[in-house]
Amino acid sequence: MALYSEKVMDHFTNPRNVGKIEDADGIGEVGNAKCGDIMKMYLKIENDVITDVKFNTFGCGSAIASSSMATELIKGKPLSEALTLTNKAVAEALDGLPAHKLHCSVLAEEAIRAAIKDYYDKNGIAYDKSQFPEHDAEEEHSFTED
Amino acid sequence: MNKKIVYVDNAATTAMSDVAVKAMLPYLQNFYGNPSSLHTIGQIAKEELDKARKKIAELLNCEEREVYFTSGGSESDNQAIRSAALHGAKKGKKHIITTVFEHHAVLHTLKKLQTEGFEVTYLPVDCNGLIKAEDVAKAIRKDTALVTVMFANNEVGTVLPVAEIGEVCRKNGVVFHTDAVQAVGHIPVDVKAQNIDMLSLSAHKFHGPKGVGAIYCRKQIPLYTFVEGGAQERGKRAGTENLAGAAAMAAALEDACLNMRKNAEKERNLRDRLIEGLLKIPHSKLNGDFKNRLPNNVNICFEGIEGESLLLLLDAKGICASSGSACTSGSLDPSHVLLALGLPHEVAHGSLRLSLSEYNTEEDVEIILRETPEIVEYLRSISPVWESLEKGEKPHLI
Repeated sequence: MALYSEKVMDHFTNPRNVGKIEDADGIGEVGNAKCGDIMKMYLKIENDVITDVKFNTFGCGSAIASSSMATELIKGKPLSEALTLTNKAVAEALDGLPAHKLHCSVLAEEAIRAAIKDYYDKNGIAYDKSQFPEHDAEEEHSFTED
Repeated sequence: MNKKIVYVDNAATTAMSDVAVKAMLPYLQNFYGNPSSLHTIGQIAKEELDKARKKIAELLNCEEREVYFTSGGSESDNQAIRSAALHGAKKGKKHIITTVFEHHAVLHTLKKLQTEGFEVTYLPVDCNGLIKAEDVAKAIRKDTALVTVMFANNEVGTVLPVAEIGEVCRKNGVVFHTDAVQAVGHIPVDVKAQNIDMLSLSAHKFHGPKGVGAIYCRKQIPLYTFVEGGAQERGKRAGTENLAGAAAMAAALEDACLNMRKNAEKERNLRDRLIEGLLKIPHSKLNGDFKNRLPNNVNICFEGIEGESLLLLLDAKGICASSGSACTSGSLDPSHVLLALGLPHEVAHGSLRLSLSEYNTEEDVEIILRETPEIVEYLRSISPVWESLEKGEKPHLI
């Protein structure tokens, strides 16, 4: 299958950290079903370190692979480091995504931020609001039909 | 690759039949002449091209001079529609009627014509993917130049009342074109009995080769030229003829028509077993009318999952299918056909199309019915959409 890299197919067919955390410290959900992608991230946080992470995703192969890779990249990392994760890093770790699928990696980045923001909000922790820009789900889909 | 492949994407393209391959080969090396050449090799080619045209004309029930070879369905649709539009415009008629769920070869041609001053009425289809001839009758105006309605839908497989629509058009003196790409070779097509003025067909949908198709254009209807050059195809389409393709198309169509009843019965049996089996999956829905349906089409939505991931996992099991999900089209919206049937976006994203041919077997059906429920269940187990549906946070839509 030439559509995706072997890495994408590996993370799609054997996703890491798939599932839920019942007593999660932070939960982030981004995307919308109308556009065909929803990602939900669950974080377990101890001393500002992500000790566990799980995800559920409704979406295409690259959405599921991006979720899986993103969880691998932040597991065991301090929140400060998880917040620096970019969609580009997710896509690169997957050995690239087709151009019209890059928004899937954007969703993964946003889902992690949303989950961290949820943790901060729930625990009354002050944060720099500029780190959590509001995203318009529709905006991220500004690719065109080929 | 030793894994068994279950190919159920025959609405996309088919494998060439032995009959078609055999018909094609002599023209690649032995009878390679240019039908426009005066010498013997060229004249043999011309005779063979005429034979292919004659065979296709017989099978469509028209005259040889009413068949024009093209490069395939898209080109046929483009030329037929644009030709009828330009001819109408000459008489001050710049209105065209179609349906919302045509193939893009039709819709995009019409969109372009709209920028050139034509007005287009897009008839809605009902929730089963059908229209009535009287819907067309009501939409016809004094300035209507053309009605173009597909014979059978490529995604949901509905078969439209073409003969009745043709009758309405004939009575009103409006040119009637039908994109019959999914119908020819699969269900009976008779341009005379069905009152068709112009028809598009494509060889690779009935086990012929890719890159060749035809337009039937009734002799009373003018056909305009868009590829200028030599006088091939009686001046309607320049360029050295694809004789190998035309000969193989004729052979494939003859074979398909001779075996139509037998093939359709086989496909219908497999189709109905698939529909019955797949609808056992909870919150699934058949798209398209069950009765007025191509014998080879299955189109089902599974709520809470997305089509592309379903296709990839089926492919990993050797099952080659198709989906109307946005992710497979490279655009934001799911298939315009499924939306036209009134399906909500989130349901349309989870569609699966299986299109059969007579080469499919009982074993194929068993494999599909074994693998699909497991994959749907797995994708639902990791889907936040399914979770919220099951928790009752959102109502099930199907």
